Amino acid sequence: MSNEATLHGHGEVITTHDVHHDDHDVHHHKETFITKYVFSQDHKMIAKQFLITGMVWAILGGLMSVLFRLQLGYPDATFPWLEDILGKWAKGGKIQPEFYYALVTMHGTVLVFFVLTGGLSGTFANFLIPLQIGARDMASPMLNMLSYWFFWGASVVMISSLFVETGPASGGWTSYPPLSALGDASEGSKTGMDLWLIAMALFVVSSLLGGLNYISTILNMRTKGMSMTRLPLTIWALFFTAVLGVLSFPVLLSGFILLLFDRHGGTSFYLSDIFLTETNKALPNEGGSAILYQHLFWFLGHPEVYIIILPAMGLVSEVMSVNARKPIFGYMAMVGSLFAIAILAFLVWAHHMFVTGLNPFLGSVFVLLTLLIAVPSAIKVFNWLTTLWRGNIRFTPAMLFAIGFVSMFISGGLTGIFLGNSTLDIHLHDTYFVIAHFHIVMGVSGILGMFCGIYHWFPKMYGRYLNNTMAYIHFWVTFAGAYLIFWPMHYEGLAGMPRRYLDYSNWISFNQFGDLNRFISVVAMVVFAVQLLFIFNFFYSIFKGRKVISQNPWQSNTLEWTAPIRPGHGNWPGEIPEVYRWPYDYAKDGRDFIPQTEPIGGNESKH
Amino acid sequence: MSTIFLLLILLLGFLITFQIAKASEYVGVLKGEKKNFEQNNRINGFLMIVFLVLGLIGVYWCNELFRGKILGESASLQGEKIDTMLYITITITGIVFVLTQVLLFWFAYKYQYNEKRKAFYFPHDNKLELIWTVIPAITLTVLVGFGLYYWFNITGEAPKEALQVEVTGKQFGWIFRYPGKDNVFGKKYYQNISDKDGNTLGLIWDDPATHDDIVVQSEMYIVKDQPVKLIINSRDVVHDVGLAYFRMKMDAVPGTPTTMWFTPKYTTDEMKKKLGNPDFEYEISCDQMCGRGHYTMRGIIKVVTQDEFTLWKLKQKPNFVQVFPDKDPANPPKTDTTKGTAAVVNPDAAKMVVRR
Repeated sequence: MSNEATLHGHGEVITTHDVHHDDHDVHHHKETFITKYVFSQDHKMIAKQFLITGMVWAILGGLMSVLFRLQLGYPDATFPWLEDILGKWAKGGKIQPEFYYALVTMHGTVLVFFVLTGGLSGTFANFLIPLQIGARDMASPMLNMLSYWFFWGASVVMISSLFVETGPASGGWTSYPPLSALGDASEGSKTGMDLWLIAMALFVVSSLLGGLNYISTILNMRTKGMSMTRLPLTIWALFFTAVLGVLSFPVLLSGFILLLFDRHGGTSFYLSDIFLTETNKALPNEGGSAILYQHLFWFLGHPEVYIIILPAMGLVSEVMSVNARKPIFGYMAMVGSLFAIAILAFLVWAHHMFVTGLNPFLGSVFVLLTLLIAVPSAIKVFNWLTTLWRGNIRFTPAMLFAIGFVSMFISGGLTGIFLGNSTLDIHLHDTYFVIAHFHIVMGVSGILGMFCGIYHWFPKMYGRYLNNTMAYIHFWVTFAGAYLIFWPMHYEGLAGMPRRYLDYSNWISFNQFGDLNRFISVVAMVVFAVQLLFIFNFFYSIFKGRKVISQNPWQSNTLEWTAPIRPGHGNWPGEIPEVYRWPYDYAKDGRDFIPQTEPIGGNESKH
Repeated sequence: MSTIFLLLILLLGFLITFQIAKASEYVGVLKGEKKNFEQNNRINGFLMIVFLVLGLIGVYWCNELFRGKILGESASLQGEKIDTMLYITITITGIVFVLTQVLLFWFAYKYQYNEKRKAFYFPHDNKLELIWTVIPAITLTVLVGFGLYYWFNITGEAPKEALQVEVTGKQFGWIFRYPGKDNVFGKKYYQNISDKDGNTLGLIWDDPATHDDIVVQSEMYIVKDQPVKLIINSRDVVHDVGLAYFRMKMDAVPGTPTTMWFTPKYTTDEMKKKLGNPDFEYEISCDQMCGRGHYTMRGIIKVVTQDEFTLWKLKQKPNFVQVFPDKDPANPPKTDTTKGTAAVVNPDAAKMVVRR
């Protein structure tokens, strides 16, 4: 098979890599259960591991939101069965404040990091990068495997924190000190917080191992003819995502390490002038700054939201083009706007801190840079709209989720213009407006993008289709439900209703929304139930779904559909296909689609 | 019991959905893949337009339902600017919202699959792309312009005649301090804090400026039409002074004082009449997660007239006098004090003055 390495011809590094891989294939044809399903180094299996772990987390995180929505919707009711399940956390059938805060904290942490970063990037970067650029596997399959197992380790530590006596971390997913630094200030800041920090540190390691791998694979291991400008937009998006993660996660880790020092080493990085009512004692720490942590946190925290949304944008762009049977409009503008977003992601973090006492001048700089992000975002939206225009649209479930994504991204993006404007942020900061904004633009959009990817690439992953009827029900209920849940929250936010309250009935300013809160809770539960339908569809279809019989079921141009229906480790049995064109030649010269592997014809028109 | 019942219904719903889904898959195979696809496509295309229409109606209806509940007119002059900015932003984003959503769903509906239609090969158009880069950029410049104008206006220096109040957050309540007759806040040091001795802010009694400082809990009095400058502190974790009716907000950070100022427009009594709610109060809500009692961390601001304020202030005893009743000039000591001077009560205080 070494002839193939020569054909591949991308310089020495890659050649040796391929040779190594082919050896691997030859010598390990009889894989054991352990090497195939557990400690697998096949990027496709690792992708599935990320996906299924992410789904388990999504169910847990979603369940947490159902529990706290129960409290928010019915603050006066008691649910004795809750005490049966949760014990002291729901004494007398009422969720206790400590537990409520633990729930919202874990819900945020789980969804942001374990589902929408680990689950989304982990799945699709692993699955699509080698298949779409034409590589046998990642640059380092070993590191890739470790990336998953660090993620798994992080998951185990995080889950274990749910079972400690003082409860899991409960200072919000941002874990601002001093609250998160002082066990005496909050139960959740005792053992739970240490476990949270350890889990997050493991998560950062996982994310770095993965990210470095994605970057080196995309830069070094593209097949012959696959220039950077012939990459599908999915790969571009995953590339920028990985760069963002590699540059920003270490800063978060440093912030966490300082926090650990403050917790256990007696340092005063974040602590100063503190007297605790609980213990009736003044602490010795002086000279630290609680705001320092917020800078370090948001220096990751803001890029993090793009780490979530960029892969979704990439998946949606690809799926939209395939199912509109039209090239994605403005390929270079799409890449350019991804690049612009990635750069700006690092320059806007302090817009989360307009009301921390930040110097107003500094604030104004961040307003300008923040609102600048709206320009590349607008370009993307208009390009998606133009991609639909005069297409010939097939509403596959993936396409529905892609359209849903664009709708959500518009809605949530526009409210970002409110919050990025420091003047409005004074009133809207930390209210339900913020909840509505980031759930729509990051949470729901991210999840819809992820579903879009799952529905589109499920046939490639498992060689079977998901059930369409359940998929349609899943889409419409999720999509409409998400609007019903989050749209009215804007009004609560406009009234100044603060987030992270478990009961508003004693507040004259905010008790007018009792009915609305109940309505939102009911819809949230319905939407959650429909996600269970999806989970069922997913696992049922892995084993019993309709079999894929065509190698290219969506008539798509990209390379993964030139691999066998159920590709083995190494992806292509023979030579790696060569690429001659960009991936979006749909409807060109009267032809429905022209795969990337087809050489340019003599009389083909130029684009 | 009802929970089990609900779960059973849910399970039944799942089973039925699953059976229907399975059956429709078989029917699809029997009908032929193409026919089945076309039928599904038509249904979803139709749902796109249904969703658009119902969605827009829903947005309008939601607005009708809730616009009366978002606290109405701002109760501070600065809040008016924030409201103006809000309406400018709502107008601009509202237009973009309707336009893009209509295009999205309309295109989806209009260009749904049709055997006869040929998709249009349209990979890029520099002119179009330039247009939708420049127009958003200009629009945003306008928004940034307005925003920063108001921002600097609101966050600028408070007027000299502003009433000064120090607000300190703690788990889970608010402490307010007025500078007293000398109009100077006396020095304080957090190591001096002692709830037991009544020195909740850690005032340094060696500094004579502390002697007339008034410290009150839970209710803060300010004057209508007079700007008020809040100097915001925290005793323990990060809190946030959230004033929904005044549209103001500022974090309380331990170790780093922050400030904010505003001019209240209506007294509490006027608001009671205006809103027709005799229970109305201006509330301070803690807007930054601060622990288990976060949601109960409520303070009250009483906006009163100048006369009422003067009267109220006269009735307040300085913190110093509360701690050392025998030092009250209005209430001379009955016996010779054995307590000694404040410095003796707190021998470290002198040192601390130097350190601060």
